[in-house]
Amino acid sequence: MYEGIVQELIDELGRLPGIGPKSAQRIAFHILQTQSFDTTRLAQILMDVREKVRFCSICGNVSEQDTCTICRDPRRNQAIICVVEEAKDVAAIERTREFRGLYHVLGGALSPIDGIGPNELRFTQLVQRLADAAVTEVIIATDPNLEGEATATYLSRLLVQPGLRVTRLASGLPVGGDLEYADEVTLGRAFEGRRVVEA
Amino acid sequence: MPTYRDEAVVLRTHKLGEADRIVTMLSRQHGKIRAVAKGVRRTGSRFGARLEPFMVVDAQFYIGRSLDIVQQAESLGSYGADIVADYPSFTAANAMVEAADRLSDHDAGLQHYLLLVGALRSLAKGEHSPGLTLDSYLLRALSIAGWAPSFIDCAVTGAPGPHTAFVVQLGGVVADGVAPHGAPRLDPGTVRLLASLLAGEWEFAESADDRSKAQASGVVAAYTQFHLERGLRSLEHQDRTIA
Repeated sequence: MYEGIVQELIDELGRLPGIGPKSAQRIAFHILQTQSFDTTRLAQILMDVREKVRFCSICGNVSEQDTCTICRDPRRNQAIICVVEEAKDVAAIERTREFRGLYHVLGGALSPIDGIGPNELRFTQLVQRLADAAVTEVIIATDPNLEGEATATYLSRLLVQPGLRVTRLASGLPVGGDLEYADEVTLGRAFEGRRVVEA
Repeated sequence: MPTYRDEAVVLRTHKLGEADRIVTMLSRQHGKIRAVAKGVRRTGSRFGARLEPFMVVDAQFYIGRSLDIVQQAESLGSYGADIVADYPSFTAANAMVEAADRLSDHDAGLQHYLLLVGALRSLAKGEHSPGLTLDSYLLRALSIAGWAPSFIDCAVTGAPGPHTAFVVQLGGVVADGVAPHGAPRLDPGTVRLLASLLAGEWEFAESADDRSKAQASGVVAAYTQFHLERGLRSLEHQDRTIA
């Protein structure tokens, strides 16, 4: 235990996800001992992020304005919406540079055991976005785990409407892995999703 | 290195750190196990898919200081994919594993394990309606835990039934002579359905009318909540629509 404000700093840092008591102590002493560390800038950014960042009124992604940069971008393909669980999934997909459509962030996945049902997710907003028939494809990119699959199944039944194609991201063998180490669930999925090799 | 091996069904998982999960399992011989599965959230994980809820695995654990660590896992039963394909089955399975998690806090024997695996297998195969499977599971799990309800003879005096006054606090149906004033009355069909669900008489249970099924579900939920002291969160999201 340290005295006063040092211990308070360690305690506050330790409340952050993924930071245990040792890490909190290390970060606190780095802040204390490194003269070049700009504490004012860090404090200002922490204040700003709380004040300025909100969720996009259209897609639910993080944004500093009412709508996010992706929803405001006219060059994006307005006919395709990719549905993800969290805003950080948007960043992961954007890094691929493969997708040029729009996003819809659900805010989680169905998990009754955690008290998360359809009413806790942004399903209604998604259905409203599809009302004008401008969207021709919805790509469901929820996590490839049990809750993500349940959410995808639920969505696929919710979004049945004429002229709308609902697709799910492929899942299977990871690039760079050995086949012999793949578990039977993943390998089974890879077989289900096999495709024709173009000559 | 101190290790042990057991068959277990995965009840639930919690994220831990960057890529790990804490996996809660109900095992055949070691009761409830909480263990860390390292790196399973990475897409290249060798056994992440085997440690999803509703999977039955043969796993080896390293005994840790506070939590054990999953070293290996081979799947014995994979029910998740079939269960998530049907939303009512998914919500029912969630309620089952939540109940199993709570009931196994103090006592988790082989019977609990076999009952849960059997119920999940039945759900995955779609043998019965998810709502009935869940209600039957809850009644039987509570019975194994020592809270067997009585749906035929009086729960207080043992007087032969049928009785229609149902008092959760007294343990089931009670004779008119001992029923408290204002005790709720169940339809005879509901009482018969509850007895069938407890005994596993599926032919009768499946043929019951919707009103009896709805009333029986309410009774099971109330009975479960009373004995677990607080309700199951999953029951609030239970989808009773016919698949």
